Amino acid sequence: MLKDETVRALELTARQLRVEILKMLNTANSGHTGGSLSAIDVLTVLYFHQMRHDPSNPKWEDRDRFVLSKGHAAPALYACLAEAGYFSRDDLKTLRRFGSHLQGHPDMNKTPGVEVCTGSLGQGLSQAVGLAIASKLAGRSARIYSLLGDGEVQEGQIWEAAMAAAHFKLDNLCVILDHNGLQIDGEVEKVMNVGPLGPKFLAFNWHVLEVDGHDIQAICQALDNAGATGGQPTLIIARTVKGKGVPFFEHKASYHGVPPSDDELVRALEHLGHS
Amino acid sequence: MSEMIATRDAYGKTLLELGRENSRVVALDADLSGSTKTALFGKEFPQRFFNSGVAEANMVGMAAGLAAGGMIPFASTFAVFAAGRAFEQIRQSLAYPKMNVKVVATHGGITVGEDGGSHQSIEDLAIMRALPNMTVLCPADGPETAAAVRAAAAHDGPVFIRLGRSKVPVVFTDGCDFAIGRGATLRQGTDLTFITTGLMTAQALEAAAILAEENISARVVHLGSIKPLDVDLVLQAARETGAIVTAEEHSVIGGLGGAVCEVLCEGYPVPVERVGLRDVFGQSGTAEELLAHYGLTPAHLVEAAERVVKRK
Repeated sequence: MLKDETVRALELTARQLRVEILKMLNTANSGHTGGSLSAIDVLTVLYFHQMRHDPSNPKWEDRDRFVLSKGHAAPALYACLAEAGYFSRDDLKTLRRFGSHLQGHPDMNKTPGVEVCTGSLGQGLSQAVGLAIASKLAGRSARIYSLLGDGEVQEGQIWEAAMAAAHFKLDNLCVILDHNGLQIDGEVEKVMNVGPLGPKFLAFNWHVLEVDGHDIQAICQALDNAGATGGQPTLIIARTVKGKGVPFFEHKASYHGVPPSDDELVRALEHLGHS
Repeated sequence: MSEMIATRDAYGKTLLELGRENSRVVALDADLSGSTKTALFGKEFPQRFFNSGVAEANMVGMAAGLAAGGMIPFASTFAVFAAGRAFEQIRQSLAYPKMNVKVVATHGGITVGEDGGSHQSIEDLAIMRALPNMTVLCPADGPETAAAVRAAAAHDGPVFIRLGRSKVPVVFTDGCDFAIGRGATLRQGTDLTFITTGLMTAQALEAAAILAEENISARVVHLGSIKPLDVDLVLQAARETGAIVTAEEHSVIGGLGGAVCEVLCEGYPVPVERVGLRDVFGQSGTAEELLAHYGLTPAHLVEAAERVVKRK
């Protein structure tokens, strides 16, 4: 169990990162709002509590690694990397701009702290599997984390990778599913029902946990429990709300790939207690 | 008759040697390791061999992750599945990030034979060549394959190597040099130049010998590196012989013939004849039957040479 003050500090960080996400998306006037806000609590716990990493030495060999398989949530990742100190917070204003190191989707060759290139859905998990194998081959204790979207798991490659992760007994791999229930065209269940996901991953021989993806304490506990089952990869199904933290964005597929307008930004920041 | 070796056999042996020399070399396959010859590596290094099962997309993605984790992965399957099924994984997870992965695709072209058109890749060179950051190699024979695989291992970045199923005549010598981006002039000539890749180089050498009896002097330039292309060597051949015949076991669209024509159109236009598959898929048959049917024999190259010389 985390101390209450640790939980409160992480909650404050997540709130601040929501502000950064909304500001950068508004400035860019382009990008994915809903899925960045649903993922940010999980990312906050990973970057500011769980993972061993060193922003002053992004290529540290023994670092834990994070793969944002749902690459369109790049604003959430960039907000974490800036906050951690991989680059200046001022850079966030250049999101998606010509010449910026902050591309529309994560680019390992442009942005310090980004581990692989993602954005074409379904491909990040396979790369995370490869990283987990490499970590074991090199005799490192580093763990590999990856965040999936629930629309993303409609990709066949996800299931190829899920099969391989269990087959190779990758207990150093922890995958978190940002289960907000929405994708661009609407509700995941209606667009193409891929559920029930817990039983599916269990059937693929994964260790499966389920948590409230906005409960910092619960996320921490799940991440700690992830390594407990030897010889199996772990899936944490994080029940989340698309657009979480800004009431008029919540539960709306229409804010999947739409940035906040100037007016929406003002109202959103007010709601987050930041004006 | 020269010695016959399948390029995939040379690959299997060389990969095993690389595995012994460097513990960071790992191999992946998609349930075809007996055919692609990665099984040799897998037998000696089971801890560094990863079979994805029949799942090429994930094989390429895992290879990307292994490279990101510091390994030097060689990922193999048939060319039709590598360049076709896993195209977008090669694009996004290998080429775009410049990942240090070697995709060694065997069973390229029609000499796959009896399996038929569904398994005969006639477009892989064109597809792979269109990708930025990608190096595309197509060795002529066993010795050159060994050298090309070693050059790929030493190169930091994604490489696609196209190999064949059938045994092909040995053109190079064991221990030959191979440099990415450099071609080789295998026979001097003044009336025209055969610019060839893969197994068509041996065919062109035969054709050049036949043409010599007709007092037509044919140069033979082999391009084992389709991308980067040896532009200087191609332009030199055009300037010095004034006519070009390209030959490849591939569609005439977008592969070697396409690449050579791009260079010549911009740099030194001369008459060109492209020998290859004329925008058609293959079919079942023996390698010999198919090479004859699709016009890829020395006799066809002789005819193309005679045509191109008349156009000078």
